[in-house]
Amino acid sequence: MDKTTANLRDAVADIADGAVLMIGGFGGSGAPIELIHALADRFRETGSPSKLTIVNNNAGNGKIGIAALLKLGMVSKVICSFPRTVDSHAFTERYLSGEIELELVPQGTLAERIRAGGAGIPAFYTPTAYGTDLAHGKPVQEFEGKAYVLERWLKADAALVKAEIGDRMGNLSYRLTARNFNPLMCMAAKMTIAQVSCIVEPGEIKATEVITPGIYVDKLVEVSHSVQEEVMIRAGVEYA
Amino acid sequence: MSYKKLTNPQIAWRAAQDIDDGAYVNLGIGFPEMVARFQPPGREVIFHSENGVLGFGEAPVDGEEDWDLINAGKKAISLNPGAAIFNSADSFSLVRGGHLDVAILGAYQVAQNGDLANWRVGHAGVPAVGGAMDLVNGAKQVIVVTDHVTKDGQPKLVESCSFPLTGVRCVTKIYTSLAVIQVRDERFVLLEKLKDISFDELQSLTGAALHIENEIVDLEVPELES
Repeated sequence: MDKTTANLRDAVADIADGAVLMIGGFGGSGAPIELIHALADRFRETGSPSKLTIVNNNAGNGKIGIAALLKLGMVSKVICSFPRTVDSHAFTERYLSGEIELELVPQGTLAERIRAGGAGIPAFYTPTAYGTDLAHGKPVQEFEGKAYVLERWLKADAALVKAEIGDRMGNLSYRLTARNFNPLMCMAAKMTIAQVSCIVEPGEIKATEVITPGIYVDKLVEVSHSVQEEVMIRAGVEYA
Repeated sequence: MSYKKLTNPQIAWRAAQDIDDGAYVNLGIGFPEMVARFQPPGREVIFHSENGVLGFGEAPVDGEEDWDLINAGKKAISLNPGAAIFNSADSFSLVRGGHLDVAILGAYQVAQNGDLANWRVGHAGVPAVGGAMDLVNGAKQVIVVTDHVTKDGQPKLVESCSFPLTGVRCVTKIYTSLAVIQVRDERFVLLEKLKDISFDELQSLTGAALHIENEIVDLEVPELES
């Protein structure tokens, strides 16, 4: 078994027009920025993929990463919890002009919907958002005297994630708070593509230290000198 | 006006005095983060951040940041001994599951029944909610730190919220620039007020009835640098 892929271009080659695409990370931490930029490159060359639905905690910052996908016109919908950042004008402009649809989801509900998608649980009740605009139209049920809102699972055609170490079987471990949504998204996508800082031999990640078991991962590409989004933005990098 | 209202650091200081040793606490982005600066010595409080960390400490000095080690405000942090890192679903399991002792948030409005509005003021612009709706439905105590009135002098403590709600009947206690107020049985119960403001004056700046159940304590806070 060898899930490694030679390069970033091959890693993102199978993402289709109209795909629901989960992208890991919280801000720049754990964001697979090189995979995202490989997808932007493919769009520039071929005009595909377009009409993507992006699932991420945020909606892009500056002119790189998810913001670059937005600026290139590859995205028709964003599902996220917090689309406003220091420099989120790429999203803001397209949202206010009606070019992009937004599904706003409380952060814990977003995480649990993704987890449920990966775990085969089609819906669950949560207290979050009860009595607010974000529960509008959703069934409510009382349990032990408290009201809960019915939320549905969230699944994706593909997930782009970033991990620190991976082996050819797809086992992953993460660096510090770069873990965030990444392990959940690995579970919830039909095709999970991971960029890792270092590919090692099976067994080098101790079995007890594997965070994402390889069963959830389909493709693995090594990006040994990944540049953090925060560093790129401070350096004034623009990708679109 | 013969009283001097508390500054944000002073409100944060007052709130910090009531956090118990051993408490697990989530501080909202911005003003509530100040509460961490005023922990009384000798108490060990464990801070949680939504992106998946328990037990984080102070920000590193400029240039020493590791951008894989951040809080929910996307600011660089450090880890205290005993810290733990986990995924986003686990991070909100500990919130909704009732394990977190205290969440401290800001507010646009708090209603006398404990309803909180703190995520948007209308329906224009780009909405953003983050983890606020999860926190207010999960933490054992939901505490608000806020100026007593808006910038143009309107009450923030009201009979019912006019802004979109973050959560219903969730706020337990409010620390303002003028007073400390408990939400009890869908009423505002006044616990402390600045010595130099009269009850009537405080009531006139509050959009719902203030109730007195016990002797009102003077709200006393040291002078602090902003």
